[in-house]
Amino acid sequence: MSFSQLVFGRLSWDALPLHVPIVLGTFVVVAVLGAALLGAITYYRLWGTLWHDWFTSIDHKKIGIMYMVLGLVMLLRGFADALMMRLQQAMSFGDNVGYLPPEHYDQIFTAHGVIMIFFVAMPLVTGLMNYLVPLQIGARDVAFPFLNNFSFWMTTFGAMLVMASLFIGEFARTGWLAYPPLSGIDYSPDVGMDYYIWALQIAGVGTLLSGVNLVVTIVKMRAPGMSLMKMPVFTWTALCTNVLIVAAFPVLTAVLALLSLDRYAGTHFFTNDGGGNAMMYINLIWIWGHPEVYILILPLFGAFSEIVPTFTGKRLFGYTSMVYATIVITILSYLVWLHHFFTMGSGASVNSFFGITTMIISIPTGAKIFNWLFTMYRGRIRFEVPMLWTLGFMTTFVIGGMTGVMLAVPPADFVLHNSLFLIAHFHNVIIGGVLFGLFAAINYWAPKALGFRLDPFWGKCSFWFWLVGFVLAFAPLYVLGFMGVTRRLSHFDDPSLQIWFVIALVGAVLILCGIVCMLIQFYVSWRKRDELRDVSGDPWDGRTLEWSTSSPPPDYNFAFTPRVHDTDAWYDMKRRGYERPTTGFAAIHMPKNTGAGFIIAALCALCGFALIWHMWLVVGVSFAAMLVAVIVHTFNYRRDFHIPAEDVVRTEDARTQALAAAHV
Amino acid sequence: MRTAPTRMPLFRFLRRAAVFVSALMLAGCGTVVFNASGDIARQQGSLIVHSTLLMLLIIVPVLALTGLVAWRYRQSNRAATYTPEWDHSTQLELVIWMVPLLIIIALGAITWISTHTLDPYRPLDRIDRGRAVASDVKPLVVDVVALDWKWLFIYPEQGIATVNEAAAPVDRPIRFNITASSVMNSFFIPAVAGQVYAMPGMQTQLHAVVNKAGTYEGFSANYSGAGFSHMRFAFRGVDEAGFEQWVAQARAHPAPLDRPAYLQLEIPSEKAPVAFYGQIDAGLFDAILNRCVAPGTTCMNQTMMHDMHANGAAAHHHATE
Repeated sequence: MSFSQLVFGRLSWDALPLHVPIVLGTFVVVAVLGAALLGAITYYRLWGTLWHDWFTSIDHKKIGIMYMVLGLVMLLRGFADALMMRLQQAMSFGDNVGYLPPEHYDQIFTAHGVIMIFFVAMPLVTGLMNYLVPLQIGARDVAFPFLNNFSFWMTTFGAMLVMASLFIGEFARTGWLAYPPLSGIDYSPDVGMDYYIWALQIAGVGTLLSGVNLVVTIVKMRAPGMSLMKMPVFTWTALCTNVLIVAAFPVLTAVLALLSLDRYAGTHFFTNDGGGNAMMYINLIWIWGHPEVYILILPLFGAFSEIVPTFTGKRLFGYTSMVYATIVITILSYLVWLHHFFTMGSGASVNSFFGITTMIISIPTGAKIFNWLFTMYRGRIRFEVPMLWTLGFMTTFVIGGMTGVMLAVPPADFVLHNSLFLIAHFHNVIIGGVLFGLFAAINYWAPKALGFRLDPFWGKCSFWFWLVGFVLAFAPLYVLGFMGVTRRLSHFDDPSLQIWFVIALVGAVLILCGIVCMLIQFYVSWRKRDELRDVSGDPWDGRTLEWSTSSPPPDYNFAFTPRVHDTDAWYDMKRRGYERPTTGFAAIHMPKNTGAGFIIAALCALCGFALIWHMWLVVGVSFAAMLVAVIVHTFNYRRDFHIPAEDVVRTEDARTQALAAAHV
Repeated sequence: MRTAPTRMPLFRFLRRAAVFVSALMLAGCGTVVFNASGDIARQQGSLIVHSTLLMLLIIVPVLALTGLVAWRYRQSNRAATYTPEWDHSTQLELVIWMVPLLIIIALGAITWISTHTLDPYRPLDRIDRGRAVASDVKPLVVDVVALDWKWLFIYPEQGIATVNEAAAPVDRPIRFNITASSVMNSFFIPAVAGQVYAMPGMQTQLHAVVNKAGTYEGFSANYSGAGFSHMRFAFRGVDEAGFEQWVAQARAHPAPLDRPAYLQLEIPSEKAPVAFYGQIDAGLFDAILNRCVAPGTTCMNQTMMHDMHANGAAAHHHATE
């Protein structure tokens, strides 16, 4: 092995997409926009602010916002993939082969799935929990603030690896769960699968650690008086989600580690020969994969449980049954994984067992829908943007739930499995549930995070485009599933199917309008921030503790730790005529920013990149550097500081004056 | 009357939505899943209809209630009751847990029974709703191999093999023995029966019957790489005479499907044309299944047997120590 091979491994100029016009064009656009962005940051001298106030921040609020930004940026990439697929499938009939050759199309649907789950839904959900959990439980930060920053950067660098694959080499062509033997070295010898493995391994570490962090935060750091059964429902769902993360993500890490041993070290865990068995991979990946679905949806169930009471001006109906429904779903989510492969040849009794456990999950889920419904019953419903998203969710999600139960009947699954019906089903629950929930949450909590409301006009435009676009994009897929059309096809022979794909494309274009409206909404809101400013800290007449502090909250969240007597703690405080204290402030003990998380995660990403390209020298050096960085960081004893009492007084006095000026 | 102007567009919207939904449902009815030509697929299709109807018992009221409650308790409707502190009702909570539970109990029973009667491994006991399988009828055996990216069908009784085309006599039970050469696929003829995975080194099974003469589409329903989109085959349901003719037509092709020919066929190719082989190597399917077609390779079953003996001997040795 020559020296240059040790340094560069498989990487050569051929890895650049100079011969693929679509990718080259994308690269040019990204490079120009990227250069413009970097130039603007330099011109406005923002590097210092970015580094000191954001990248190295261990403030859960800033990390939460950074997660949201990551998720929204990756949403644009994932959606671009979706639009490309829709266009290919609407064109590629008969003699027309469309504009994407299979090797490109196959990368796109793989990347779409991976990005949407791991780098859109996960960061958005994690960001939401990160931002809200400490505020809802009356804490000043998470239990392990440095770990939080490190987790964020691991997730971000994982996303960067996926993005790098677009321009350096290629991405996997295996589908988003990369079943072997196809994902094994024999049938996927190129770097695409290695990008997949290392991007997910690095991001997975981040997710697991953030799960540990939030579980500990919720268990140990609740304000006095907040017993488990007085926690806000969002915090409850966050607790269950993070328990699921802690239990499920190690399985993903292990199964990917086994797959990489097969690919790098010549082992035979999942190969056809040498005693390997791919069915083991499929079982393991779904033992992670099914809880993952609930990791995504549970926090949004929590968000809806906050939004509905607020906008109906009423207590949540059936708090206790809501909590137990969440716990039951958490447990059952581990007992259903086999329903993803009824067609793999298990016996009738095994299939029935997993089919029936799957159906049982619909009972607590249905109870939740009824609870929201009865919360609205005899309320005073304000149709603000978050409430619109919630109603959009309630009406679309029940359909998605119903088609899910249809798929849970094994003989029905035999004809619907892998068909476009399945695609329509899981988009129905992920878009109708997770995304609608996230958009509801973003519109609901944005005033808290940013200090001003989001513009309702563009928010409503976005909602209606999304809702109509979603129905048009996925209803045809249900029909196509009944026609026996399977997923992941890049070409069709039967011209009578084309009209359905054209309708779906129209739907996707409407969703694009929805996304554009949302971006306009962000921009317009920022321009009109003075007009939309929230001085009160409680713009919606909220019920939980995050609304008791200013918008945005001070670094320390609460000058005094609140005392909790009821589930709707802030509503209870308002009802009892709570007076905000204006004197008696003391210095506040806080954790200190550090660049260690960024540096260690960057070294991990470099190590991952080197592993992908077999750059063994770089692997060794970056791994050693990463260990050194970790060890050096353990000797950093300057981890905390006190916000001086006079700073707290200044911040709180400013708020007192602002409140007085606004007559709140 | 005050609300009339706002209501009109709402009703218009609802009417349009209803038209759209019924168009979708009509489109759904003519599809292969609800118009199958084989008894198994037909039962699977009607199972989908029945389970959907059962669930609509609760879905429709929920959707209707959501719309009604959201409209009735809008903020501007001051006539509606407002109970901000009401958050619990034992009776209501019993209802919202019990009604879904009852539906799931019914659906669970249907699931248990249908999963057993429609188990792809279970030999058929009926040809269709009215006719049982006669006791002397043996199923037609078809060995199926998913190759990159085409389908190989071996008919051991007839001694023929075909690529990308299969046939079976109408109303005769068929037993498909399914495997794959390299990666996972899924063997699926929607008009005849639900799919079963095709996996290398493993055999899965599907029992089915076709009740109506015709040519049906078959394909792989599990993504398997670059040539996947074109991994399609024609499945012909024909009468007995037609089947004899089809077999004779295959037999007229002198080229045998022996091991060298299989190794040639196994090389990945896309849009492979239909091909017939008039003779077959009798042990070929077993060799494919055990991954030992190429000369000099050891069959998986032999390796396993060897390992088992070795382990057994070691265990024995251990025990006597």
